[in-house]
Amino acid sequence: MKYLDEYRDPAAARRTLAAIRALVTRPWTVMEVCGGQTHAILKYGLDQLLPSEVTLLHGPGCPVCVTPAAKIDRAIALASRPEVILCSFGDMLRVPGSTTDLLSAKAAGADVRVVYSPLDALELARREPGREVVFFAVGFETTAPGNAMAAYLARRDGVSNFSLLVSHVLVPPALEAILSADGARVQGFLAAGHVCAVTGAAEYAPVARRHRVPIVITGFEPLDLLMGLHMCLAQLEQGRAEVENQYARVVRDQGNPAALQLLHQVFEVVDREWRGIGVIPASGLGLRRPYDEYDAERRFGLETLASPGEPAACQSGLVLQGRLKPSECAAFGRECTPEHPLGATMVSSEGACAAYFLHRPPPPNARDARGSGGQAPSREP
Amino acid sequence: MCLAIPGKIVSIAGDDPFTRTARVSFEGVIKEVSLAYLPDARVDEYVVVHAGFALSRVDEAEAREVFEYLAAIAPEEGEGPEEPR
Ligand code: SF4
Repeated sequence: MKYLDEYRDPAAARRTLAAIRALVTRPWTVMEVCGGQTHAILKYGLDQLLPSEVTLLHGPGCPVCVTPAAKIDRAIALASRPEVILCSFGDMLRVPGSTTDLLSAKAAGADVRVVYSPLDALELARREPGREVVFFAVGFETTAPGNAMAAYLARRDGVSNFSLLVSHVLVPPALEAILSADGARVQGFLAAGHVCAVTGAAEYAPVARRHRVPIVITGFEPLDLLMGLHMCLAQLEQGRAEVENQYARVVRDQGNPAALQLLHQVFEVVDREWRGIGVIPASGLGLRRPYDEYDAERRFGLETLASPGEPAACQSGLVLQGRLKPSECAAFGRECTPEHPLGATMVSSEGACAAYFLHRPPPPNARDARGSGGQAPSREP
Repeated sequence: MCLAIPGKIVSIAGDDPFTRTARVSFEGVIKEVSLAYLPDARVDEYVVVHAGFALSRVDEAEAREVFEYLAAIAPEEGEGPEEPR
């Protein structure tokens, strides 16, 4: 087993789709939480193969997309200091802040470096004791354990020229916010399997109970997604609202105890601003004492740095909450393309707008309208 | 930063439980990852990795459950005459 091709078998997918068609008697709306799942759904065209009763909404699970412009502004402010080396995952570099992005700052001379792991940034700090190395710590519960480890090792080994610009977010409070919003349409969730590999399933039970929504922890391959959907739709048809685990080959009930232990030792739950959505209470992680001495915003006095806010044209906040499909955004494929992104959801390889652009490209004539100047874009059919 | 595919451990190095590493093959592309959060992972096992950390091993027995579930809801001979829409 390689745990890949087996889960991409087209004949099994067709049979599962037939089982879903046989199961569904009414319209249902289900949200897949993770951007990786969104990409797989669009890549394999699963949404177009489902019975018309089933609507898939795409969720907020793209770490790059939910990092607010104000945080990017702070990253740019840090990177522009001569003593600072700013380390980041590559995906963050083209995300627009209020006025510019990290890639432009780099072109203008800022020392911005792409790393694959926070430990690479820590290693750089050890090698460059005369510089201040700041790691841009973004992401959900999947990246938090690694960033916790970087802070832990920095403190253990006395690496004092290392710090973290933290913008960590948590999935369950985002699901709460989506369900509590006016006009919420989501009736069931496919939860992000890898997030649950860290956290386990326990945090989802209160959400399922309170809002009476089934939540199925789901993997990323086509058969995983179809099986997760079948499980979720079966619950909806039967009037159940439980947490189930489709992705048991990776997700244990208790999550990863070693990762959770260090995560809670280093981080505490804080209110967090989400891009395009606003502040969600108790929805993020911040460094707790004594690790807060590795907080870059504190170390460099950035807590009060004002930001003009996000570019107005982009509606990614609605996209991230499943309230607008990327193709329904007037700028999609016209003013906004991966080469000229207006919003983070078009930049990120996990973003929903990028997924639509890649797998459901707008008609070419729509794209030609870009640059021909002043033409009012007509809405897609 | 979120890699959806599992990789196979080809070798393990180091004694410090906080800095042990593994070389992991993702369809032939080798990455060095931290094993701090999967202390008992072994060579040849498949793991899920995020931002340089192995976070979960793939359980072989559970991996087959998917096919058992699918066989129960959609048996092979039971395939209907319907065309996929
Ligand atoms: S298509 Fe572009 S402008 Fe529209 S929501 Fe997506 S990122 Fe924002």
